[in-house]
Amino acid sequence: MTTPPPDDIRGPSLWTSIRRPRRYREEGARAAIIAAISTVVVFALLAWWVLSSEAWPEVQQQFFNPDHFTASWPDVLDGFWLNIQMFAVAEVLILIVALVLAMIRALRGPAFFPLRVLVIGFIDLVRGIPIILLILLLGFGVPALQLPGVPNSPLFWGVTALVISYSAYTAEVYRAGIESVHESQRMAGRSLGLTQIQSLRYVTVPQAIRNVIPALLNGFVSLQKDVALVFVLGVREAVREAQIYNARTFNYTAYVAAAVLFLVASVPVARFADWYTERVRRRRQSVGGV
Amino acid sequence: MTAKVEVRGLVKSYEEKVVLRDVDLEVQPHEVVCLIGSSGSGKSTLLKCINLLVPIDRGEIYVDGVSITDPTVNPNMVREKMGIVFQAFNLFPHMTVRQNITLGPVKVHGLPRREADQRARDLLERFGLVDEVDEYPDRLSGGQQQRVAIIRALATRPELMLFDEVTSALDPELVAEVLNVIRDLKQEGMTMIIATHEMGFARDVADKVCFLDDGVFLETGPPGDIFEHPSQPRTRQFLQRIVEAGRL
Repeated sequence: MTTPPPDDIRGPSLWTSIRRPRRYREEGARAAIIAAISTVVVFALLAWWVLSSEAWPEVQQQFFNPDHFTASWPDVLDGFWLNIQMFAVAEVLILIVALVLAMIRALRGPAFFPLRVLVIGFIDLVRGIPIILLILLLGFGVPALQLPGVPNSPLFWGVTALVISYSAYTAEVYRAGIESVHESQRMAGRSLGLTQIQSLRYVTVPQAIRNVIPALLNGFVSLQKDVALVFVLGVREAVREAQIYNARTFNYTAYVAAAVLFLVASVPVARFADWYTERVRRRRQSVGGV
Repeated sequence: MTAKVEVRGLVKSYEEKVVLRDVDLEVQPHEVVCLIGSSGSGKSTLLKCINLLVPIDRGEIYVDGVSITDPTVNPNMVREKMGIVFQAFNLFPHMTVRQNITLGPVKVHGLPRREADQRARDLLERFGLVDEVDEYPDRLSGGQQQRVAIIRALATRPELMLFDEVTSALDPELVAEVLNVIRDLKQEGMTMIIATHEMGFARDVADKVCFLDDGVFLETGPPGDIFEHPSQPRTRQFLQRIVEAGRL
């Protein structure tokens, strides 16, 4: 039968609408069991395949050697403490500098044209240069000038290079946030007599920041690892310490030790960013539904 | 007597589209002027021009006899004299009712916080919203939000109020509470320019009604004349449609 009578249409649809929730719940439970079993099987197979391969003892000796791990750990950990400090200082500066750049870029009117051009030029320039190049340029270049009154520590200039580079990217994140705030908010602010800068400061930016917190957290995760790039300047952070150990022993386990530290620091932030993004999304949906 | 607001030969277009063709308007002190006309006729744009929220192409606007379209005039000084209320409320969602209201007085007029808070309380009290002083806007009904928006504009003690279809986004049962606030302001002698689709309200509250059609004022006069004996066929047509929709 190609065209069922109306009764038949109403019958099944009513039935499924009643039965569906329970069926979905059962399906959900079954899906969870299947997922658990297949995960265990897949990972067990992978582990067996890796551990039983002929090359494994050699790999373990080179990368996962417990003795080398213990021996290199104190120095790498010491170095990692410096990574954390660099990250903390750089991140605070980045959040401030980037916000100032984004606010200048958001100013309207011909009077601010030169400032806007300056900021856009800066952002384009910095985003076009590989970060490692910036670190080399500032970290080796500026101290070599031996200018009076200018710090010549590679650490200082390495962190400066990171701040400059990340500020350009983060300014664009802020800008997206500022543009996501509806024009009518700016008008409401201006109509009260607020100046452009006041309207940005009190009306637009607080809403903009709320909108881009997930993207900012993403930048946190990225910077946590990129601080390691200053090792090229000889700064004795975690990667540099691992490199020194490797040069002495020809064993790579110290690098793995450094990797573990970076993971321990960045995975929680990444999870937090995901959790926060989800929370914001849910809250927005529930507000939109009212 | 100097007019409170005088608009002469105003032309405004958005890109290719001409929104206001050649608009003249005079508003005397304590006068209430209602702008009527279909959507897209230029009512909102006219109000935004008077508040200097959008740049104009040609023409002059005077407030108290002083040209505000002169490029050397500081637009913030102009805006301090007038308040504008928008169709979509445009309250600041990240601020409480109190913060919304006191932002202008504190940051623009330099009022001490304590005085600004007191002023906010007084206004909220007067319009029956004092219980909501620490709420965020998304916790209020549309009618309450719009009343807070009016209070926010009043808190800077403007001499002129502009209303841009302030009831168009409201559920029908919430319209009256907002219109009553405006009636209250008329009692007080506030000079107002009101763009509205509420014809009954316009007839009731306006001293002068202006029918805006395709960027020009086709007809201007006391509400009795406009609503009872419109002289232009376009005005008659417009009012006929309003009557058919049951809104008059």
